[in-house]
Amino acid sequence: METIATTEWLAACRVEDAVKNGGVCVRHGNEQIALFYFTRRNEWYATQNECPHRRQMALSRGMLGSVGEEPKIACPFHKKTFSLSSGECLSGGECAIKTYPVKVENGLVYIGLDD
Amino acid sequence: MDKKTIVVIGNGMVGHRFCEKIVGKTDKFNIMVFGDEPRRAYDRVHLSDYVKKKDVDDLYLCKSDWYVRQNIKLYLNDPVKSINRTTKTIQSSNGVVIEYDFLVLATGSKAFVPNIPGVEKEGVFVYRTIEDLDLIKSYSVSVHQGVVLGGGLLGLEAAKAMMDLGIPSVAVIEAAPRLMPRQIDRGGSEILRRRLEQFGLSVYADRRAYRIEGDGSIRELRFDDGSVIKADMLIISAGICPRDELARECGIDVGERGGIVVDEYMQTSDPSVFAIGECALFEDTIYGLVAPGYEMADVAAARICEEGKIFRRFDMSTRLKLVGVEVASFGDPFMEAPYARTIVFEDKNDGIYKRLNVSNDGKYLLGGILVGDARDYNLLLQTVNNRLELPDSPGDLIMHTKEPTGTADGAGLSALPDNALICSCEGVTKGEICRAVMEAGCENADSVRQCTKAGSGCGGCMPMVKDLVAAAMKQQGKYIRNVICEHFSLSRQELYDLIKIHRLESYDEVLDALGHGDGCEVCKPLISSLLASIWNDMILRKGNDTAQDSNDRFLANIQKGGTYSVVPRIPGGEITPDKLVVIGEVAKKYGLYTKITGAQRVDMFGAYLDDLPLIWEELIAAGFESGHAYGKALRTVKSCVGSTWCRFGLHDSVSFAIQIEERYRGLRAPHKIKSAVSGCIRECAEAQSKDFGIIATEKGWNLYVCGNGGGKPQHALLLAADVDSETCIRYIDRFLMFYIRTADPLTRTATWLNKMEGGIEYLRNVVVNDSLGMAAQWEAEMEDRARDYRCEWKAAVEDPEIRKRFSHFVNAPGEKDPTVKFEEMRGQKRAADWTLV
Repeated sequence: METIATTEWLAACRVEDAVKNGGVCVRHGNEQIALFYFTRRNEWYATQNECPHRRQMALSRGMLGSVGEEPKIACPFHKKTFSLSSGECLSGGECAIKTYPVKVENGLVYIGLDD
Repeated sequence: MDKKTIVVIGNGMVGHRFCEKIVGKTDKFNIMVFGDEPRRAYDRVHLSDYVKKKDVDDLYLCKSDWYVRQNIKLYLNDPVKSINRTTKTIQSSNGVVIEYDFLVLATGSKAFVPNIPGVEKEGVFVYRTIEDLDLIKSYSVSVHQGVVLGGGLLGLEAAKAMMDLGIPSVAVIEAAPRLMPRQIDRGGSEILRRRLEQFGLSVYADRRAYRIEGDGSIRELRFDDGSVIKADMLIISAGICPRDELARECGIDVGERGGIVVDEYMQTSDPSVFAIGECALFEDTIYGLVAPGYEMADVAAARICEEGKIFRRFDMSTRLKLVGVEVASFGDPFMEAPYARTIVFEDKNDGIYKRLNVSNDGKYLLGGILVGDARDYNLLLQTVNNRLELPDSPGDLIMHTKEPTGTADGAGLSALPDNALICSCEGVTKGEICRAVMEAGCENADSVRQCTKAGSGCGGCMPMVKDLVAAAMKQQGKYIRNVICEHFSLSRQELYDLIKIHRLESYDEVLDALGHGDGCEVCKPLISSLLASIWNDMILRKGNDTAQDSNDRFLANIQKGGTYSVVPRIPGGEITPDKLVVIGEVAKKYGLYTKITGAQRVDMFGAYLDDLPLIWEELIAAGFESGHAYGKALRTVKSCVGSTWCRFGLHDSVSFAIQIEERYRGLRAPHKIKSAVSGCIRECAEAQSKDFGIIATEKGWNLYVCGNGGGKPQHALLLAADVDSETCIRYIDRFLMFYIRTADPLTRTATWLNKMEGGIEYLRNVVVNDSLGMAAQWEAEMEDRARDYRCEWKAAVEDPEIRKRFSHFVNAPGEKDPTVKFEEMRGQKRAADWTLV
């Protein structure tokens, strides 16, 4: 038997509203999702907006980068870094952040919310 | 079941280390550990820290699941009752019976309690375990006079704990004529006593307690000379007693004065029984320090695993901080004529005592003592242990005519042989540290610590580890440049020149031309700062916005909770009443907390991201501009009121401060820059604590540079005396340009100068005498920069593309972050505290 995961797609913003090589914050009900347009790599990522270190709604204002091939985001508060692909904390000690799938269709950016 | 069983009795530091050593070698043993305390192994050396801390977690030597993960069965709160050597079994108090192949006694020691009448009274304690400390803590609440019996190492630790508990008056009693008689000599002891008394500790030496008086609980302590001291609490710390009862009862050899006799393999008179740590007696000595205990654990584990390792008479050299005073002894501290020559340095003023014992031919160091200043300990210890030849006047080793360097000099380090013990807590040699660099690829002291454990004990050897790492890297040709990060194999100085030569104007252009990968939070702000210094463009244009540090990106300082603070420029600290009113009105309108900063400005806190452009617009309309409090840039030029009002003032310091602040405002640099102008020698503007400071003289201005306040204060040095205003500004132009071009990232001017070869003389040559021939170019560049200056806030609010970014939600513009929380305090608001998970 196989279960098919149902993904609900949230229309977040237009491509031109996203910040090139940076992040924006998307509201989804009471949730905040950070959406990153890594233009340099032509990649999109989405994670929770809250940095688990001091629980600040700040990752969307963080700085993008890479360690080796791994794309990462650095929190503006204390520069804790997290992998954008796995959500794992790369500077040690913190729990992982939640990541979401992203797709772009007809100039609109969608974030996948699993139910 | 062909696994052999090891039973360890005792779960202290040494017992725990033994377990670590065994599981590090093999998994072919069943291991059972019995501890009589209710908790797993913890750091007894730092027990006095527990007084100040809330819980015991920081003291544990391992995570709570460590024993389970290592397949070790740990019985806590269950002391072993008896050993039967015929059946090779032990029985615990809870009735557990285990058959062993190897038995390891790590039972440690207990406090020696002398037989003084009244020791059973309430308020009399010993100082060994967390339970002891808990009892002491709860009893101490109403105590006014605490007394410690015993002026050795542990006694002084106990006294420190009493002081930390807030007991108003604390005294230490020592039976011998001086403190720490086993570690230091009379001269050192005397200095130590003076220093301790300065910290508020009373010391009574040469007194033997005779009777403890009191009605149920202690009231006073009587001595054999008839004197009496008041005491409503007493901690007995008169020495230790090895816990050898179990061994004694089952017929294992023990020493006359206690201690389980062991050989160089840590085996007792029964070869299947081992003893390690403070319960073991090796060559008639009980080792009461943790380092030899660890070595014993290592030797016993090696023996059980059939490796050849033996224990040798252990070096008892030690370095400690007692109630804030550094004390160290090394080699043979007491050796004297006719066996050695002694060199003694004593400074009663600063409370420093140093003694070196030198061989009669003057060639070798045999031992010594350091009190009050033990920074030379590592080097001196190495000199003893490795029989390094001494320089002609060995006294120079302890005399410091210059500022402390903090670390051993490179030459001393390179002379050490590979087997020199650098970290005595963990037993790590120079060779192991160098191999960690050369073979395991460690490139800094932290990774060497993780790899070898060097420095993870007391940490005292870390400066040496750092120097060794630097030396080993240099040897490999690795440490040629201070490269920035994995994306750029260039130093900041090299990048500065290359960006200029190639005319690169954005972060992405620099990365494409000179770097690789996708950048990171280290190289992005650094290059953004260079671009701003070189091209003087608005920092948020050309896609550079996302390469700025968060504060630069939003032209404000991010604060707890995710709101920002706003600091308008108030040049020289001069402000009109009308402008003050505007600040008040803006703060009221946007609900901001206001505070006067240390730099003569007003800071407004708690601004939502979305409100920043609106706030700036109102401030700009009233004639304000950005104060660059968010940038690695010129902050403020502080001033005293100067000759316009002050009856002492020589020149108009306010006008000069404003002129200077306006010339250098917005200037991006490797770090923030602070400045001040004082109108006379009274120096009310504190110019000598600034990156550059100016003080009025009868004939003009004195220019001071490279001072620092903050965490590492340093006085600025005089660069030029009695210069006129115009010359002064030209010198500052050159000074700042030279700093911006050559300093390492995030280096303040003070550190930059400290690292500069030739120091202030060289700097003066460059700035005043133009030895590099750059003065004209630097002055012209600074002039252009000042002419092209534009307020960043104004540029941001006028540019719709930039302004669009000051919004929290991309899909709900104008809606503020609902998670921001404030609390009320003294009629204003404050940020809610971090909520921790």
